[in-house]
Amino acid sequence: MILLATLRIAGRALRRNKLRTLLTMLGIIIGVGAVIAMVSIGNGAKAQVEAQIAQLGQNVILILSGNVSRGGFHMGFGNAGTLTHEDYEAIRREVSGLTGISPEVRTMAQVAAGNENNNTQIMGVGTDYINIRSWPLADGVNFSEQDVRTANKVAILGKTTATTLFGEDDPVGKVVRIKSAPFIVVGLLASKGMSMMGMDQDDVVFVPYTSAMKRLTGGTVFRSFNAQAASPELVPDVQNQITELLRQRHRIGEGKDDDFLVRTQQEISEMATSTSRVMTVLLGSVAGVSLIVGGIGIMNIMLVSVTERTREIGVRLAVGARSRDILLQFLIEAVTLSLAGGIIGIGLGILSSRLLSIQMGWKTLVSVESIVIAFAFSAAIGVFFGFYPARKAALLDPIDALRYE
Amino acid sequence: MDTQPVIKLENFSKTYVTGEVEVHAVRGVSLAIMPGEFVAIMGASGSGKSTMMNTIGCLDRPTSGRYLLDGVDVGELDRDELAELRNHKIGFVFQGFNLLSRTSALENVELPLLYSRNRVGSRHQRERALKSLELVGLGTRAEHHPNQLSGGQQQRVAIARALVNGPKVLVADEPTGNLDSLTSVEIMGIFQELNRQGMTVVMVTHELDIARYTQRNVVMRDGRIVSDQRVPNRLEAAAELEKIKREQQAVQLAP
Ligand SMILES: Nc1ncnc2c1ncn2[C@@H]1O[C@H](COP(=O)(O)OP(=O)(O)OP(=O)(O)O)[C@@H](O)[C@H]1O
Ligand SMILES: [Mg+2]
Repeated sequence: MILLATLRIAGRALRRNKLRTLLTMLGIIIGVGAVIAMVSIGNGAKAQVEAQIAQLGQNVILILSGNVSRGGFHMGFGNAGTLTHEDYEAIRREVSGLTGISPEVRTMAQVAAGNENNNTQIMGVGTDYINIRSWPLADGVNFSEQDVRTANKVAILGKTTATTLFGEDDPVGKVVRIKSAPFIVVGLLASKGMSMMGMDQDDVVFVPYTSAMKRLTGGTVFRSFNAQAASPELVPDVQNQITELLRQRHRIGEGKDDDFLVRTQQEISEMATSTSRVMTVLLGSVAGVSLIVGGIGIMNIMLVSVTERTREIGVRLAVGARSRDILLQFLIEAVTLSLAGGIIGIGLGILSSRLLSIQMGWKTLVSVESIVIAFAFSAAIGVFFGFYPARKAALLDPIDALRYE
Repeated sequence: MDTQPVIKLENFSKTYVTGEVEVHAVRGVSLAIMPGEFVAIMGASGSGKSTMMNTIGCLDRPTSGRYLLDGVDVGELDRDELAELRNHKIGFVFQGFNLLSRTSALENVELPLLYSRNRVGSRHQRERALKSLELVGLGTRAEHHPNQLSGGQQQRVAIARALVNGPKVLVADEPTGNLDSLTSVEIMGIFQELNRQGMTVVMVTHELDIARYTQRNVVMRDGRIVSDQRVPNRLEAAAELEKIKREQQAVQLAP
């Protein structure tokens, strides 16, 4: 029997029981929809992490203080400050292949100008910082080595902070008070947009790290340095040099654990991606379970259908249908169910991931790959769970089937 | 005329085993039916008629003995080969019609063509099915569903379905069992006409007067053939129909 005729028979059988067909498909619809939506959330997160890491700059090497247990690397910064100003100077002086290095001292502080004030992220950084982060100035100038050395009260404002404090006015040359200390605004950063956590990266004030430590945090040690290698090829070498230098300086004996961490951008990216990949797989497989449940639903209904239509099967066998004709008929019916469910589910998944991005502000990314896989998977589910009922139908004895009440 | 029988049973037996009990439904029957014969199988209930018909119709295989259909030993064939024989050598008509519900008469008649080894195009299929329906006088009811047809009409659809693939033998198990006497005679008229055109017809019936429309009566008892005779005064369905209609007119049953 040709495929077209079989398809027609299957289509008619499914249309005959519209509600039942819909309810049977529901399992697959929900399963496929959930897989598509979950994977799109995972992919969205991954894309955002990658974008975020790319925003660190190019060929960036992070030097973090504190020892981190073997198992994990935390996306935050080390906790105990073990990096000293002397370490910083030594790396600057002795490591070759560096184009820049800068400490990063973070603190939250009240920033005010005129009547406006704002609780803002303050970053104490060196002169190389904006180059390392590839974060250009929109206006004004970077602060100088002299500013850093003498802990001058100069500041570079992020776009959002500038707008909050000065509106549309040009902030360069104006004065802001950080924790009551007046700082002169020398520069304005170009806009960088949202971070992956949904935080506004432009709500920031850069000051010389010396000024930040002296006037804002009172600290004497660093939690992190950002360094930049001259080229991608130099990154591993620079990483080794820094590690060796710091081990020497911290007098860490052979076989002892470092009390600092040197991570390249590449490594951070790989770790973050693998974390989000794990998340994607996890979310996807939870959703996949509902696909299996949907498949069992199809099997159940197909078994009912075979029993209900035993006489029909008997008639078909009596007029010369072979086992494989009956097998094909019921298999196609099951696959039609699961594929139709899959297609609706794909639509639903795309729709719900759209809704999630709009309503929850999550970044989602529906990949063609996940659609193709969902489609193939629902077909496979139809074949897998439809096979047993179809085989049962195909192996019926014609006389028994005709006599069936 | 062909000298080889189209149906040949040689010491055919069929035993059903249900649990511990063995039922000998047919015990060593030999029977030869020549092409163009019109045979009625008769006998009490449980005498093994349906069992024999199922084998003749290739729905089943002998437990022992041989069944040759058109010279082919059916006992040697596998499931698919039996299906193929049912498809193009046998036209089976059942007591309960066995039409697919919610499927038009035409599509019911097309069904065997769907499973035919030498398939024809779908337009050709419709033409052949329609021709077959016209043959049983239902050309105008092609689009009707079984539940829109009378019992006699449904049985005629079933006969059209049995004929559509041009079978060698028409096998009918109590085709008039569910029909009133007038309709039964009409069905006999169709069988007689087909037989006149050369079709071999084997039919089971309980009713003596229905058996008189055939050429040969085989009587079974307890799984054996106890008599096999020519029908002496064969009835002609056309003439009988006239007679019944006249009688009915008398009591105003018919216009
Ligand atoms: N599938 C089966 N399993 C067990 N026994 C069966 C089966 N089919 C038929 N029989 C038995 O075989 C015997 C013959 O049955 P069969 O149906 O051939 O009789 P029949 O002559 O057609 O009767 P009727 O006139 O009532 O239709 C009966 O005793 C019946 O109980
Ligand atoms: Mg019977």
